[in-house]
Amino acid sequence: MLPHSKTDKPKTAPLPELVFNLIVLSLAFTSGFIIMSIELMGGRILAPYFGSSIYVWGSIITIFMLSLSIGSLYGGRLSVNNPHLGRYGLFFIAAAITLIPTIVWSNAMMDWVFVRLEDPRYGSLAASTLLFFVPTAILGMIAPYSVRLLVAHAAHSGQIAGRLYFISTLGSALGTLATSFYLVLWFEVDVILMTMSAVLATGGITAIITHASQRT
Amino acid sequence: MILRTAILVMLMLASATTVAIEIHQEKSLYRNIVVREADNRRCLLFTVKRGDRNQTCMDLQDPKRLVFHYVRMAFGGLLLKPDPGRILIVGLGGGSIPTALAELYPDATIDVVEIDEAVVRVARQYFNFTESKNLKVKVSDARVFIKRALLQRQTYDLIMLDAFTGDYIPEHLMTQEFLQESRDLLSMDGILVANTFSTSALYDHESETYQAVFGDYLNFKLPASGNRVIIAARQGLPSDFEIKSQAIKFAERLRPYGIEARDYPDHMSREKDWNRTRRILTDQYSPANLLRGED
Repeated sequence: MLPHSKTDKPKTAPLPELVFNLIVLSLAFTSGFIIMSIELMGGRILAPYFGSSIYVWGSIITIFMLSLSIGSLYGGRLSVNNPHLGRYGLFFIAAAITLIPTIVWSNAMMDWVFVRLEDPRYGSLAASTLLFFVPTAILGMIAPYSVRLLVAHAAHSGQIAGRLYFISTLGSALGTLATSFYLVLWFEVDVILMTMSAVLATGGITAIITHASQRT
Repeated sequence: MILRTAILVMLMLASATTVAIEIHQEKSLYRNIVVREADNRRCLLFTVKRGDRNQTCMDLQDPKRLVFHYVRMAFGGLLLKPDPGRILIVGLGGGSIPTALAELYPDATIDVVEIDEAVVRVARQYFNFTESKNLKVKVSDARVFIKRALLQRQTYDLIMLDAFTGDYIPEHLMTQEFLQESRDLLSMDGILVANTFSTSALYDHESETYQAVFGDYLNFKLPASGNRVIIAARQGLPSDFEIKSQAIKFAERLRPYGIEARDYPDHMSREKDWNRTRRILTDQYSPANLLRGED
């Protein structure tokens, strides 16, 4: 990836730019990985209340797609004015923080939904919304913002977007595989989600520190 | 010509008893369902590709008789709770268990939870399964059903879990939390019977999970069957003597179904014959399908 990234941009400051691109790409990979890991955990979290039927997965996937789409829209808009790594890092911190209620209060939220909605289809849809909409929408802001951070010239924007989607979707593929094959065999659901939250926070802090050091 | 026809008819009859005829096949939301007939047996199959697993079979000449050991073994729970007024059965299959229980206990209320609507249709159409005032089927996920029943403060004297015979284990029906909910749904002297696995690492994990929820329970295994049936009580198990005397009392009533109740108590073990260091299954940790593949 990196040698190509170098040619996409002016060669005035190759090393910081290399580092910069590396940070953005690896963070995009991480967010792709974590989105799918959380989505798979969603099935685990909802099953005790709504079963594990196809409509439960339908609810989860619907809410993830919906929140990612809205996140993209908003992330794209935010990227217009003075995009920088510091704000990008804040998205990760925000996702990490909003993931915590999902871990801590999931049963309380599902209890609340369960007594109000008898139909497990709408029950699982409502629960997915409460549990996953906010953190996933924030994670959805990352992809368009990453593109903007990497693009220096309009002519290469398609290529860079392609590369970005490649890396983040690759992250999603590996996140799916790792979670469903191994992580559930080794760890508890909450441990996996807590780790995801910690990784997001670490990524966010790294981006913010890099941004701060860049300015000085 | 007549001779030829006669031979043809005879051949057809002969083949009917040896070659399986598929009389129904459908792809439901959850599985492939096949109804097959051979040797005067009509069988419901869920997994056709891998090893043709019969879910349930009906003896066409003696429909009352329960064909499989594991199905009969589920009735072993009656030796601990001979007069259940309210019964919950998780998993319908061909409906042989609820049908037999409805015959044995005409006054009992029997609720069956089955996740697959197609299975209910097939049971009605091909296995003489009929609902009545006292015997009702609800199409629902068992976990959801039990949670709702708890909210409505219902109780059951006997709960039979028979949801694990397919190729895929519903993992949320094997956790400590689920068993706790099932236990809470039992009346004070209620009994839970679970038809489950007897091999792989899952045996240890599952056994330990039941132990955590119910304390000591009976592990019921017959030499002729690959299954094991867990019989657990909400509060305390009866003594071996009580179970044996109940078996003697019950023997005649159960015989028409092919159940030899007198033989059962000797195969109900209180011994903890599993690896007790295995992790229990919880809603947080429930990779039952993955564990099933491990030794």
